[in-house]
Parts: sequence; structure tokens; C-alpha cells
Amino acid sequence: MHVTSDQFHEKSAEALKDESLAGALFVLGKMFPLMRETVVAQLPEFDALRDRARDIRNHALDHLPDYLDAFEKKVNENGGRIHWARTGAEANRIVAKLCKDAGAKQIIKSKSMVTEELELNDHLEAQGLVVTETDLGEYIIQLRKEKPFHIVGPALHLSAAQVSDTFYEAHKEYGRTEKVEDKVKLVEEARIVLRERFKNADIGITGANFLVAETGQIVLVTNEGNADLTATLPKRHIVVTGIEKVVPNLDDVGVLLRLLPRSATGQETSNYVSLYTGPRQKGDGDGPESFDIVLVDNGRSDMLDSPVKEMLRCIRCGACLNSCPIYGAVGGQAYGSVYSGPMGSVWTPALTSVSQAGDLPNASTFCGKCEEVCPVRIPLPKLMRHWREKEFEQHLSPTTARWGLGVWTWLAHHPRAYRFFTSLSLVGMNLMASAPNPKGRWITKLPFIAAGWTNSRNLSAPSGGSFLSQYKKAQKAAPPKDTARPSNAEGEGK
Amino acid sequence: MSKQVALFATCVVNTMRPRVGFAALKLLEDAGYDVAVPENQTCCGQPNFNSGDREGTRQMARHFLKTFQDFEYVVVPSGSCGGMVHTHYPDLFDPSEEEHAPLTALASRTYELMAFLTGIAGVKEVSASCNRKVTYHDSCAGLRELKVKQQPRDLLKTVTGLELIEMNEPEVCCGFGGLFCVKYSDISGDMVEKKAEDIVGTGADLVAMGDVGCLLNVEGRLNRRGEKIEAVHVAEILAGMVPDRGED
Repeated sequence: MHVTSDQFHEKSAEALKDESLAGALFVLGKMFPLMRETVVAQLPEFDALRDRARDIRNHALDHLPDYLDAFEKKVNENGGRIHWARTGAEANRIVAKLCKDAGAKQIIKSKSMVTEELELNDHLEAQGLVVTETDLGEYIIQLRKEKPFHIVGPALHLSAAQVSDTFYEAHKEYGRTEKVEDKVKLVEEARIVLRERFKNADIGITGANFLVAETGQIVLVTNEGNADLTATLPKRHIVVTGIEKVVPNLDDVGVLLRLLPRSATGQETSNYVSLYTGPRQKGDGDGPESFDIVLVDNGRSDMLDSPVKEMLRCIRCGACLNSCPIYGAVGGQAYGSVYSGPMGSVWTPALTSVSQAGDLPNASTFCGKCEEVCPVRIPLPKLMRHWREKEFEQHLSPTTARWGLGVWTWLAHHPRAYRFFTSLSLVGMNLMASAPNPKGRWITKLPFIAAGWTNSRNLSAPSGGSFLSQYKKAQKAAPPKDTARPSNAEGEGK
Repeated sequence: MSKQVALFATCVVNTMRPRVGFAALKLLEDAGYDVAVPENQTCCGQPNFNSGDREGTRQMARHFLKTFQDFEYVVVPSGSCGGMVHTHYPDLFDPSEEEHAPLTALASRTYELMAFLTGIAGVKEVSASCNRKVTYHDSCAGLRELKVKQQPRDLLKTVTGLELIEMNEPEVCCGFGGLFCVKYSDISGDMVEKKAEDIVGTGADLVAMGDVGCLLNVEGRLNRRGEKIEAVHVAEILAGMVPDRGED
């Protein structure tokens, strides 16, 4: 996985200046959480379901090799084949070989974050294959050569006008000479183009939301129906997904399916929920001739043995992105990774390294909203903090910050020095406040790293000494049982 | 003999907003407590903890233990520092380490001010008056780590003359986040601007909250925008330390 997460600062600064993006983020950050809250309020057992979902996912992860073995056995019984891929490169080679062996030329795909992670399209195109994404959002960003903006809505950042421009350029070869901006017409246009691709495709590649160990089935949850065409129209169906997606049985899927669409898009259920069991059987009216499942590790086993293991519970609903105020300010592209928002800030360093993606887990106020909405109760702030600790251990955080924290720690257990330092900083702040204005209470410009504060806000300079010094003075002045407040405490600083 | 509590004012209150310490002191005394203010108190270690400096945080937790271990209760006028001690201290030491047991016990005796007043001290009303329109911002750590939500509102409603107006999104982060606000100052600036917009939209002339970090952030942005709205710690209102408009 290639990431540009080390450019987070630059990209987020650009994003903050982008007014059309701000509009899209405003809608996303209001609409999805509101819709989620509405359907959650209608389901009194929602929190109990979250507990069950967490336990189901934990249990599956604790017995991952067993459930994967059981899954493989069932898939084989059903006539499908499992391919194990240790790395992303290995997964890409396996898929490319399956395509080559089938003599395929045209590939259609439904939305899959794992294939985005693997950059599978680039790999297949380099082998001369024509790959078409059929999820509307994925199709749009494929045409624009962008990475997904959001794990559920890859093109949510784009306006109808932008999509119109993209389609106009891309669809000229189909004789489209008219530029349309009407959303319904745009969808229609995409449908006409994609319908031909579906008909001519040799292979369909999908992801999987869940793998069912008991039955050997894969579960696909979509709204557009394109995944079902992808899985059933072409002669061959290839599933590419992560090893962590397995759950023991269909009852477990039932629990997770009650949470996923509610958390993702505020729907009680998505438009399509499909279970695929294997290739076409004797007497079946349709279905592919072959059914291959590529199970990708690509760092997941390492996560299983690490402090960020809980991240593997993730069911990719995107609720943490929708409710995150940082994501809501800068959007997905700033993260420089296919996984963005809080979940991406934990996944990305796990799949790459803290030196490449350390900025992401730092770009959080730890407000905790992500954990509050996570359907499988992943403690996202705690996991982001883990990466900050790794960064600190590996001496990757800036020297000045490390030095500052070291001094602060020393002061904090040398109370006398601490009190002296406090008085000194109070003098300093009052000088800064009074420099432009002798009676000034507001600091409008701070030096060094603190300049970040005064970039967008003032600082009210304290007066009257520290609390501890004022308290001590008052204690000396008054008998201990009397009120310990100094006379200047009320309205002080006015 | 009256009941005893220790007040941990926090480093931010100690330096930046001492009157919040006195407000907390008054509220605890009014609730019938004998309040100790240990002179050797410093910082809870949150800046280190959130910067990944676990060892530094552990040293600060040891100092906190030394300073406060003899008290039955420790009260903190901050959701984030209260949350640091109450929620995170127990995880800093392995159960096999000698600090673990006493620190876990101390953490369970450490309360955020509003949670202590309503939950332990049984305070149901205050005698303060404040003829102002007030909106309350839920600081994240208090809200999500310590479940402080209704308590300050319940007490504010007993303040004579006070009108409480809710903003559209009181639970959305103000963008402070400790060192976040200087490390990612433009994102933080964007977040606090949205918060300021929401506050201004209420028509309130006073915004109250339970954490001085968030308070300085919101206040600083409101001031930069030239707004007349003041920002105070909720304890200042409850202690009767916020004058009516025009009185100061």
C-alpha cells in the first residue's frame, strides 16, 4: 500500500481552503450522524447488539486459524477454491494469474476496500487487462484517478458539476456529446456505460463484508446492486478480502447486519444483502462457473499479536469518519491513505509504519466520538495513543517536543521548581499581553510552537498570581476555618 | 468533624484561571467539606500521556499518588484531568507493580467537580444568582470518559435568574485537544470557529464549560472574532462569582 500520509499537514491545509469540499463535508458530517441517530433511537437493543458484535468479532479473532480452516473446508465442499496471500503483492499475483489462466480481458469489479489497499487495479492494468469499477462512486474516482475519499462513499467529496465534467470527458467515446448535471441523468449515463461492461466482462471481482465459517458463504452488503451483477453475470467470480472478516455462523452475521447499515448510512438494512455459496451447481439457472476466494493477510496477522488487535474487529461502516470533527474538517484525501478518519489513523500505521503515517494518529483531539459510535466498540483513541507511544519510543517525535515534555516531567515532580516556573510564566504572559497595550489582558501573538495558538485565537492573560500562591496568601491572612478566598478572587481579571 | 476532600486544582487552573480554583473551593465548602489544597500538587501528566510519553506519565502519576494518597476524596474542576486520573491512571502500571493497587484505589476516589457535587456530596441546588443567558458546552473527556452531562445542567437550572439555552451541537469537540491545538493549529482553528458560530447562534451572553483548556480555546476565539460573549467555568457561575451583565 502506497501512502502519502507524511503530507498530512500540507494536504489538510489545502483541504481547509477548499470551499466546495467544505460544503460536501458539512452535509456528510450532519446528514449521516443524524440518520444514524434516528435509526439507532428506534432500536432499543442497539447497545446490547454492539456488545454482542464486539464479543462475536473478538471470539472469531481469538480462534482465527480454526475458523479460517473451517471456512476453507466448506468452500471446497461447495466447489469453490481458497487462495492464501501473505502479502499484498502475493494477492495481486494470485488474482492476475487467475485472470490469465482464464484468458480474461475484461474485468468488472464491485467496491472493495481491500483491493484498494492492494492497488489491485494498477497491477491488473499493467498486465493489459481492462478493469472497470461498477460502484458509482468507485467508477467516478477511477475515472478521475483518485483514491477513495471515504470507505463507504468513495466520491462523496465531489459535486454533480465535477462528476459531470469527468463523465463528459470519459464518455465522449460512447458518443455522449451533451454535458448533464442532473444527478438522475448522471446515474443513467453511468448505467448505460456500465451495462455494456457487465455484459462483456470475463471475470467479476468483489470483496466480502463477512465470511461465514459454518457455511463457507461470503456476505455482500450493497445499495446499488452492482455487486450482484459482478458476482453473477461473468463466467468467473473472484472474491478478494481480508482474513479477519470471518465469523463463526449465520446467527453472528444476523447481529452484524443489524449494526452495519444503521451505523454506516442510517439505513435499517441496505438495499441488497447477498450470500454467495460457490459456483453454479447442476440445475442452477445462473451463477459463475468458478468461485475463487483470495484471503489476504497483508499485515493482519501481525496486528493480531499487537496492541492494536482490537482494530481487526472493524466492519468498515465508516461511522467513525462521519462523526469525526477532524475528518469533518479536512476530508479523506488529506490522510493520504485509502483508510482515513479514525479507523484509518489506526490501520494505516499498522499496514505501513509509524514513520510513514505517524501524523494520522496524532491528528486527533481524542474527543472520543469515534469510540462512542463504533458498532463493535473499538477503543479508537486508545489505539491511536498506542501509535503515539511507538513514535515516542522510536524517537520519531520532534526533538523540541521531547525536550519540552522531559522538562515538564521533571518540573512536575519537583514542586518547588514547578511553582517557580509557574510564576515565571505568569510574568512572561503578562509582559506579552501588556506589550502592545499597557493595560492589555489579551495576548494576540505567542512565540515558538505556541504561535499555533494565536494563529486563530487570542489568549487571556491571567492576573493576580497562581491559584496556589493566592491560596497560600489567603491561608496566612485568615484563620484556617474561615473562607479561604482572597478578596480579589471575585471578578478578578476584569 | 467535617468530611475532608483534597482539591486538585490542575496546572491549567493554577496558572491560567485561578478563580476557578476558588470557585471549586467555595462549592466544596458550601457542601460541608473541609477542603485541603496540597501545596505540592502539579500536573496530572496528560500532555505526556497524549504525546506517547508513557514513562513521563508514570512519573507524574507517582507524584500524584504521593501528594494525594492520604485523602478520602480528590476533586478536580476538570473533565480531562479528572478523566486522566480516574480512567487512565489504573492502566499505567502493571498489576504486579507496587504503584498499581494504591493508584487504582486513589483513581476510584478521584472525581470531577460536578460529578462529585451531585453524586457524592448530594448537592441538589446552589444559592447563586446570575441574570444571564447561558449556553453550556460539553467538554469531551468529561462527557465521554466521566459521563458528565446532566449534572452541570441540573445545578445551573437552580441558579436564580439564569436562562439556559442549548446550542445546536454542545457535544462536538471545540478543537482544543491539548497540544493538538498548536500542532494542528489550522484544523483546530477551523473546529473552534465552528464552535464559536454555534455559541453565537444561541444568543447567549455567557458560555459555560467544565474544562479550562476548552474554555481558553473558545474564549480566545470569541475574543478574536470580537464577540462580547464571555466564557467561564461552570463552577464560577455556581459559586456566584459571575456578575450580572453590566455589573463589572
